[in-house]
Amino acid sequence: MSTKTSLYEKHVQLGAKVVDFHGWEMPIQYSGIIEEHNAVRSKAGLFDLSHMGEIEVSGPQSYEFLNFLLCNNLDRLEYDGRIIYTGMLNEKGGFIDDLLVYRKQRDSFLLVVNASNREEDFSWMQKQAPPFDVRLNDISMKTGLVAVQGPASASIMADILDYPFENLYYYHFIETAFKRIPVIISRTGYTGEDGFELYADWDKLGIIWDALYSAGQKYGLLPIGLGARDTLRLEARYPLHGNDISPDVTPLEAGLGWIVDLNKPDFIGKKVLSSQKKNGVAKKLIGFTMAERGIPRHGYTIFSGDSAVGEVTSGTMSPSLSTGIGMGYVSSCVLEKNENLTVDIHRSRRCLTLHKGPFVSSNIYRKTVKERI
Amino acid sequence: MNIPASLKYTSSHEWISCDGKTGKVGITDHAQKELGDIVFVELPEVGKTVSAGKACAVVESVKTASDIYTPVSGTITAVNDGLTSRPELINEDCYTKGWIFEVKLSDPSELNNLLDANGYREVVQ
Repeated sequence: MSTKTSLYEKHVQLGAKVVDFHGWEMPIQYSGIIEEHNAVRSKAGLFDLSHMGEIEVSGPQSYEFLNFLLCNNLDRLEYDGRIIYTGMLNEKGGFIDDLLVYRKQRDSFLLVVNASNREEDFSWMQKQAPPFDVRLNDISMKTGLVAVQGPASASIMADILDYPFENLYYYHFIETAFKRIPVIISRTGYTGEDGFELYADWDKLGIIWDALYSAGQKYGLLPIGLGARDTLRLEARYPLHGNDISPDVTPLEAGLGWIVDLNKPDFIGKKVLSSQKKNGVAKKLIGFTMAERGIPRHGYTIFSGDSAVGEVTSGTMSPSLSTGIGMGYVSSCVLEKNENLTVDIHRSRRCLTLHKGPFVSSNIYRKTVKERI
Repeated sequence: MNIPASLKYTSSHEWISCDGKTGKVGITDHAQKELGDIVFVELPEVGKTVSAGKACAVVESVKTASDIYTPVSGTITAVNDGLTSRPELINEDCYTKGWIFEVKLSDPSELNNLLDANGYREVVQ
């Protein structure tokens, strides 16, 4: 059985092609993936992300609980209104999920998790909670989420809300109201562009969507489906849980060592991560562009000579680069030899070129706290 | 939906336009709409022998790769090289500029196994 977001009728009216996405009826595209992708890179795009999960953690020991549950150090959330990206790991150090943590107060946090993992995340959290004095509250089904992303997004936000958005920094949020609707606005996203994510009551979300949609028209804003969301995040080289990260891979294998703090007190998965840090990892997530024609896809085999040495976890034709791009795991000893790698595409092996960092340069908001006057 | 009466069809959404000896093959309007933006086409080799119902080309949208099955057996005599640089021709004009390959039929009686426009309309409705 599929669940609809509160914006479902709007998507249908806008001509969306709707697909089942982990039990949610979500728009995969409206006008077309490439046109939508380009709108976000050059103008602006509007996303319904209400399928994402939101979990509140509150109580006197929230901080201690989250620092045990998550691999990043909560100390990095130095003050209210800050956000960090982190992982919820199992005992093997593998990703149960990746998530954002919003610090509302010293003892009150909001966790934003993947739709497909929400129930598993919540039961894992309930299992880990008892030693701590905390309350957990899954508010996913009453919390809607829309995102506006792209170079025009700050102008669009300023047109609908009287707030100095130049002072809302990357990975920071405010709690405010729009037309008397309480809303959390964060400068975050999954596209590599400047942008905002807005959380509001499920039933009121349509008012915010309509305001952003109308205000965005003069900037060329388009509604964006999950198809372009995937090509945008892949060009920005953000991992997707279920593809590039999973319960079987650790943050160190995924190249996400920056979200792990091995110096903080004990946390779930620390033992395995410490050992990997000391002894090295057996496989690593690589990024690559195709040196020959062809589009790499999830599940395709990566070869070194005639030996299968890894597997593509995400791949697509990059609309910005007009070439095949991908990510995948390759055994570390092969990478050390620096041999040429190929991907098996339609029964022929085609050369790839390793690529470090994002495939398309990031345009996230750069102003930081240090510049605060 | 555009389903020209002059063509023959497969239930896997290929069309063939045939004079009885050679046939041009492409994918239908329904197929290109379902796939969305087409970004890559893998063409067969000219001279290759193919048999009806077997995969011999690949059409890729942003999201997926789809095998294209030849409706008839024979030898590939030409391919649409224009698709290499402009795969979107299939979206723009799937029945003429967006043809994919041409095949010389080894058994013209296979044409009788294919759907006519009305038969294909029933498949996609």
